[in-house]
Amino acid sequence: MKAHQRKLDIRNGCVDLSHGSGGRAMSQLISGLFHEAFGNEWLACGNDQSAFDVGAGRMVMTTDGYVVSPLFFPGGNIGSLAVHGTVNDIAMAGARPLYLSASFIIEEGFRFSDLKMIADSMGEAARAAGVYIITGDTKVVERGKADGLFISTAGIGVVPAGLDLSAGNARVGDRVLISGTLGDHGVAIMSKRQNLAFETEIVSDSASLHDFVASMLAAGGKGIRLMRDPTRGGLAATLNEIAQQSGLGFRLQEAAIPVKPGVAAACELLGLDPLYVANEGKLAAIVAPEVAAAVLAAMRVHPLGRDAAEIGEAVADDHHFVQMATSFGGARIVDWLSGEQLPRIC
Amino acid sequence: MKYADEFRDKEIALGLARAIRSEADPEKSYRFMEFCGGHTHAISRYGLEDMLPKNVRMIHGPGCPVCVLPAGRIDMAIRLAERPDVILCVYGDLMRVPGSQGASLLKAKARGADVRMVYSTIDAIRIAEEIPGRAVVFFAIGFETTTPPTAVMIRLAEKKQLKNFSVFCNHVLTPPAMQNILESPDIRNIGRVEIDGFVGPAHVSTIIGTEPYEFFAEEFGKPVVIAGFEPLDMMQAILMLVRQVNEHRHEVENQYSRAVTRDGNLRAKEEVSDIFELRDQFEWRGLGLVPYSGLKLKRAYAKYDAEVRFDMNELRVADNPACECGAILRGVKKPVDCKLFGTVCTPETPMGSCMVSSEGACAAHWTYGRFRDHQQRRAS
Repeated sequence: MKAHQRKLDIRNGCVDLSHGSGGRAMSQLISGLFHEAFGNEWLACGNDQSAFDVGAGRMVMTTDGYVVSPLFFPGGNIGSLAVHGTVNDIAMAGARPLYLSASFIIEEGFRFSDLKMIADSMGEAARAAGVYIITGDTKVVERGKADGLFISTAGIGVVPAGLDLSAGNARVGDRVLISGTLGDHGVAIMSKRQNLAFETEIVSDSASLHDFVASMLAAGGKGIRLMRDPTRGGLAATLNEIAQQSGLGFRLQEAAIPVKPGVAAACELLGLDPLYVANEGKLAAIVAPEVAAAVLAAMRVHPLGRDAAEIGEAVADDHHFVQMATSFGGARIVDWLSGEQLPRIC
Repeated sequence: MKYADEFRDKEIALGLARAIRSEADPEKSYRFMEFCGGHTHAISRYGLEDMLPKNVRMIHGPGCPVCVLPAGRIDMAIRLAERPDVILCVYGDLMRVPGSQGASLLKAKARGADVRMVYSTIDAIRIAEEIPGRAVVFFAIGFETTTPPTAVMIRLAEKKQLKNFSVFCNHVLTPPAMQNILESPDIRNIGRVEIDGFVGPAHVSTIIGTEPYEFFAEEFGKPVVIAGFEPLDMMQAILMLVRQVNEHRHEVENQYSRAVTRDGNLRAKEEVSDIFELRDQFEWRGLGLVPYSGLKLKRAYAKYDAEVRFDMNELRVADNPACECGAILRGVKKPVDCKLFGTVCTPETPMGSCMVSSEGACAAHWTYGRFRDHQQRRAS
């Protein structure tokens, strides 16, 4: 006789330790909530792993953890963020993302309704990006041992033949392009922090960038040296990393760097610099000077690059400084972030 | 951004820069100290040094409250936070300030001390209300600007009859420190560095007004121009100082007239004097003991005074002997003159006070301006 099992009470129920114990409750959570949200042929097989065919060529793999607080923020939640963040790490190699894994560490007492909302937006973000979440894991920990929910992911993608975007590729004279306004994600998160809450219309820029990257590659080809998505540490950290890895410096024009007035105002209030604030749907590209105009034009016709701008160039510098001409008429360094500007931004 | 961009206008800045260049006598040198960390930060952040002629030099003063907090007071706070019954509420930039032997509140927190980062004094009151079973201590620091909010908080705690709330008071005063800088032997006897004028505090002056500087300008014969923290404020103030020097005047002038009056904020001053009184002396990192430069709670408010309540012992810790912060804060030396600068002392691992907060002279130079050192070296 088949044992009767009560349906998951999504509206009022919450996760308890049995949902991580490997028993029937866990199986129900996985099939009733996650499979429903991610629905694809691989998950339907119900294996502990998923098999897929590998085409010829080079693959990329990445892994990422998400501990953002709060879990829900203007413009997204930890679920959509996990998909976008993983997809973007793959996309920065110029690769097409294919498959993701997702593992969930859930604190007991976490509401099913919140979990469903998060899983649904993960599924939606994956579908929109054309990737599949094909394997996963669920663990439940005691109350107080995790702050609601942590997600860790892995992602796999394929790189088009002949393409090699890498951090050491920048050359003196290359141009620095960014895809849009800086600091939106960080400010959206901060506006919802319990002890900081302020009103703003800024929403997170969280988005998958691989389609946008493909259109840039079509315009710039091998003239595109490398790309990075400036997440934690912001554009400042990204450019300092590239300066180190490519053995050169950068000179930026502050006046050319796009920042939304609401972001600038929030940063002013909190004593932050938008150059150090996290983004989740933006990229910085280092491109050869001869293709810069064409790539920028291609960026601007794409919805994710409407505010794209050329903001500076790579220069010879043994000290690997990122320097900036301030809009005020002076000069300064844009250094690495020191200390923690804001914990748990992604 | 409205009300901010107007004070960062490049064309007006270039006009002021031209005026400074044409009015500054090329035969003379002009050395002005900006007292406040906010000014130091603006100079570095906007690259103002590039806009001034070579003979107009800015000397960065000790006006960063985080920087001047001595290691001993940090050690005292760490000891307090390590008590299991205490929740210590601090502003974020205090977390990394080094105490003795590399200790910090951030490290104490990692080891289990309950240290919470707050953005406002109100947050600390809220925590005290929410957790009545634990003693909540607010780590109060800052110049005259941040003292009134602490006073208001004590009033609020009194009104709410909070029994688990107190303040670890580290509030300090601007005028005694300015005086100390000019009276130190480095300046007066050795005479290695002359200061020709002061850019006076912005926010501090909104509270205390311009009047307290009048004695100072008269006594020491130095011009003082109170200036706002925006870059155009700074440029205009520098021009006003150049003019005073050229005309052999030593007056208190108010560039920041949109916020500062002669008398300041009477209500705030009243609140502060109701609750606080002068300490005989207070230690400043880099300056040592400065007479009558710190505040403590009056006896009537002793129950809100963490030092009384927890019987805290005053700790004094010697700074690293190689650290040149004292000389840098007085304008006798520059950050690059210190052997520790950029070697063992960086914003990640600050040794001396000037590297602690982004408003400190060394941190500002390291973070925004150190490319100039290499340019100068190449040029020479």
